[in-house]
Amino acid sequence: MIQLEVFLQTLVSGLLLGGLYALIGLGMTLIMGVMKIINLAHGELMMVSMYIAFWLFHLLGVDPYVSLVVTVPVLFVLGVAIQRFLISPVLKVDSILPENQVILTVGIGMVLQNLATMLFTSDYRSTPVDYASDAWYLSDWWRSSPIELSFSVPWVVSFAFAVAITVALWWFLQKTDTGKAIRATAQDRDAALLMGVNVERMTLITFGLGAALVGAAGSLFIPMYYLYPALGGRFTLIAFVITILGGLGSTQGAIIGGIILGIFESMTATYVGMGWAPVGRFLVFVACLIFLPGGVAGLLRRR
Amino acid sequence: MASVATTLTRHRLALGILAFLVAVPFLPVLGTSYMMHILILMLMWSVIGMAWNLLGGYCGQVSFGHAAFFGLGAYTGGILYHHLGVSAWWGIPAGVVVVGLGALVIGYICLRLRGPYFALGTLAMGEVLRVTAENLEWLTEGTRGIMLEQRTWVAKEPYYFVILLVAAAAYVVMEILVNSKWGYYFVAIREDQDAAESLGIDTTRYKTIALVVSAVLTGVAGAFYTCYMGYIDPEIVFALHDVSIITIMVVMVGGVATRWGPLVGAAIMIVLSELVRTLPYVGTAHQTLFGVLLIVIIIFLPNGVVGDFHKIARLLLRRPAAAESGGA
Repeated sequence: MIQLEVFLQTLVSGLLLGGLYALIGLGMTLIMGVMKIINLAHGELMMVSMYIAFWLFHLLGVDPYVSLVVTVPVLFVLGVAIQRFLISPVLKVDSILPENQVILTVGIGMVLQNLATMLFTSDYRSTPVDYASDAWYLSDWWRSSPIELSFSVPWVVSFAFAVAITVALWWFLQKTDTGKAIRATAQDRDAALLMGVNVERMTLITFGLGAALVGAAGSLFIPMYYLYPALGGRFTLIAFVITILGGLGSTQGAIIGGIILGIFESMTATYVGMGWAPVGRFLVFVACLIFLPGGVAGLLRRR
Repeated sequence: MASVATTLTRHRLALGILAFLVAVPFLPVLGTSYMMHILILMLMWSVIGMAWNLLGGYCGQVSFGHAAFFGLGAYTGGILYHHLGVSAWWGIPAGVVVVGLGALVIGYICLRLRGPYFALGTLAMGEVLRVTAENLEWLTEGTRGIMLEQRTWVAKEPYYFVILLVAAAAYVVMEILVNSKWGYYFVAIREDQDAAESLGIDTTRYKTIALVVSAVLTGVAGAFYTCYMGYIDPEIVFALHDVSIITIMVVMVGGVATRWGPLVGAAIMIVLSELVRTLPYVGTAHQTLFGVLLIVIIIFLPNGVVGDFHKIARLLLRRPAAAESGGA
């Protein structure tokens, strides 16, 4: 019974983590789908958003969930600026290696991370919200429950926000004209251009949107995670593992990939050991490359 | 004999640089211990840069995970010393084998990927090895790292000549490979993999060859690092930013797919990082400057200092000319 309880508890925390991972993966996969470039500054953008949320909390006492209204627009603008002033010019430069853009995003990530180190030092910081260690228990709702599960309040709230944002994004991509234009650009850039889509503007919006999504993830993660400048690199890696797992450029894939990765990491941490969680992450990545090159999206399409 | 003479004239520049580098320890200003240290690092990075350049510059497979090979080489020496008690220098020959095999495995996994996805695959491999090295404490001592009780030499000169020999060997290997049939295959794969494949080039095979040679050279540099620095831990030798990314920067700054790019790039990067280190406040965040440098290089000098030398020369030469015409 205990073992079942541990298993279910691990599953629940994995699922909650996966929901947030999905948000990070969505931002990355959008950028990848539309612009065919990999944004290796993705985690660093999240780190920027987390610092904004952190300072809002510490200086003004703004709740991390309220800080969403600041981090999302700020990150959107930051994303647009990066695309407009750094990535667009490089797309036009002729060079031997087409991977220049990827290396460029690495440079951007380095600058962001080290500016954070310079400005805020590399100290670990936490955001002690008063509900940080609150939890809901399964027995609260179901008195005669044979097993006991706990649901951490910040995790559940963050998960709910992540789901809401994902649904909003889905609606935006499916129903609005801009969303349709973005999808058209992702499908076929030239054809979209011929159909009168302002491709240049769509890439700006996409990068902004990708940054805004990961910015939202930053605000949602800050109640649970320690914050330090090098955190970004870890999340960049997570983001691309999710996108590979989900299938490149596929939004459903990113959601499923995020949840799979969350559950898998949680399982590795419980059953193998905390330190091995990152190895598990990359084993998923490698296994996916070998056995499932199209990711989850490829599997869905085959059906 | 004539062929020897022509070879000598063709490689005048290389021989000149080699002669200069051999003479350096005996020169008054350059022969100091500090300068030797800088030059040793510079040569070590130019070896790694040349190795990366073969795979990334000539064969077009951009690797973000050369720390994997560097670290494997470094740990081969470290583990031989720590567990078997033999000299860490055995890490160089043993590292060739270990890193070669490691590269075959990594190549099997990653070479099926193309372009940016290969880059990410190798990046993941580097991280996998770092985390593995951190967690396999019985073998690697984990984050405590491996320390050599005493280094072989106190003076810097012997280390300098060892790495100079390695660098010269790496240069010769590069020259022979790049100018051989294989070198042309590499470039063909870089330019258009499908076209190369359709012309009968076994792309997987030649990409594997480029990867293994590149990895082995990097591994030798890693094994040398263990012997020279006397201390390694996973955060140092498997570092993503401080090894893998710096490797890319060395080549990008110097010039992708150029003969002298890695050496020039290594010189610029090492001198720059030493200069920045001495600055009081900025020193702690030298990577900010590296990041900015990387961005500037990619936007304005996509082929590096060596590859875009004519651009720099034109820029420098135009200024006095413009001033003259303005004066007249």
